[in-house]
Amino acid sequence: MGLNPTIELSSVTKEYGKTIAVDGVSLAVAPGECLALVGHNGAGKSTLIKMVLGLIGPTNGRVRVMGRDPLDSAFNNLRSKIGFLPEQVLFQNNMTGRETLEFYARLKGASLEALDALFHRVDLFGAANNRISTYSKGMRQRLGLAQALIGTPDLLILDEPTSGLDPASRQNVYSIINDMKAAGATVLISSHALTELDSRIDRVAILNRGHMAALGTIAELRRTIGLPSEIKVHGSAESLQRLADYYSGKGYMNGAAHFSCSASEKIDFLRELMELNIPLTDIEVNDPSLEQVFLALTKGEDLGNE
Amino acid sequence: MNRLWTLITKEARDGLRNRWVVMITLVMTGLALILSFLGSAPTGTTSVSPLAVTVVSLSSLSIFFIPLIALLLAYDSVVGEAERGTLTLLLTHPVSRTEVILGKFIGHLFLLAIAIVIGYGVAGVTISFTGEGGFAGQEWDSFLRLLLSSILLGAIFLSIGYVISTWVSERGMAAALAIGIWLLFVLLYDMGLLALLAADGEGALSGGLVKWLMLANPTDSYRMFNLTSSNATALLSGMAGLSVEHRASDTSLILIMLSWVVAPLVIACMIFRKRQL
Repeated sequence: MGLNPTIELSSVTKEYGKTIAVDGVSLAVAPGECLALVGHNGAGKSTLIKMVLGLIGPTNGRVRVMGRDPLDSAFNNLRSKIGFLPEQVLFQNNMTGRETLEFYARLKGASLEALDALFHRVDLFGAANNRISTYSKGMRQRLGLAQALIGTPDLLILDEPTSGLDPASRQNVYSIINDMKAAGATVLISSHALTELDSRIDRVAILNRGHMAALGTIAELRRTIGLPSEIKVHGSAESLQRLADYYSGKGYMNGAAHFSCSASEKIDFLRELMELNIPLTDIEVNDPSLEQVFLALTKGEDLGNE
Repeated sequence: MNRLWTLITKEARDGLRNRWVVMITLVMTGLALILSFLGSAPTGTTSVSPLAVTVVSLSSLSIFFIPLIALLLAYDSVVGEAERGTLTLLLTHPVSRTEVILGKFIGHLFLLAIAIVIGYGVAGVTISFTGEGGFAGQEWDSFLRLLLSSILLGAIFLSIGYVISTWVSERGMAAALAIGIWLLFVLLYDMGLLALLAADGEGALSGGLVKWLMLANPTDSYRMFNLTSSNATALLSGMAGLSVEHRASDTSLILIMLSWVVAPLVIACMIFRKRQL
């Protein structure tokens, strides 16, 4: 495969009747990279994933996965190297966890002996031979994840992998993603909100009503959106008065001075502040949170529904 | 081939684990036994084989019961998996949609065949031992025809069930359609034909046309196949009076039934291939 992208979308559009689910999205994900698709419900994440999996075809544009069109019948042979965790999957209650994984492993032509290691990997080994009806929600989600890892996939697609998981299992998901990446797999995960993502995600694609609203690393997204950092300076009344004289027109309240400045100006601003030699008691610097970045990028989401 | 086998064994195991398949086998055995004993009681010392009587009663039972079970097995198979989310997952594996339908069909047919062979087999063997004429003196030919054609009848309604299941997007809708199809083929169709015949006092409809109209319904083909299978069954079921012109050959009956298996199955595969997930 070399350096060719595992997933390549060129101006992909998907329409359902008059509704446009995905609108002109272009994207490339390289081997060993983890990309997160982020967006509200109905932003087009699932539709995009289904096109990558070849479950549906695009109305316009081109989809290539591992160099092939996923709708091609020859693509079927590549499917044993794709692991997929659907957003919501209810495995048959009357089967055991092991029977369920054996079924999918047989379909993929993967080794059944390797399943024990997978059960250990998601902390389900003790419950592997129990019926799924006895599993908790988190255990079912972990079984789904183990299912996606069958046959050490080259492409791992996880739709909302951390929903319903406790923080420890959630960290385990990200550590599994990390291991898969290290082994050279491409990972595509989807999530409701940026705040849920771990720093181990390489890049984020934010979808908003079918459009690609932003694409880049989390740090890049912070920068490009241009949300200002909030700086709060505490000091005596006299110091604040001197600040007010120097920086006219800023907010002064409750014994603190509030400034906001863009990420690129932040350092210069702080240096200038220090060079004023005004005695201060404290400085708080608040960078925009991921949630603010996300909301800023997806605002106007509900306008069409009114 | 390996993957198809995996799909088949999963369906079969699911069915065996669902208590209701076991229940259906028990119910069929019970009903078959009751009908057989009730049916064989009045034969007394006539020369008719008790098993021939059983064949006549069981084929009437089959016409109601087997389509119902087959539709119940099939109606949920695709739409149910779609609702649970396992269908999307399944189709991301190296399996074709045709293989999925075929796997379900063969797996379900296996379950139905078990229920039919056990249910009717127990009844047939019991009757042959307790009835007159002994084990060897029975109409085993007719009984074998009954078993095989009952499985074929099941296959027909499985196929129709998959058409429903691949076509609709909600389980409730599929269930309603399955009941409707059952009513149509088992009750309404024949009632309609009767009404047509009654209205047609002048006999404008030729015998041939009525015959083929009737045989277009697979349950009627099944009925004719079994009730005219031997002189004994024909006599018992009142079919003996049929002139040769009104009968259809075994070959054409089997062909009609087989095409009722194949055509819906092909249609189901075509709909499934176009189905949006």
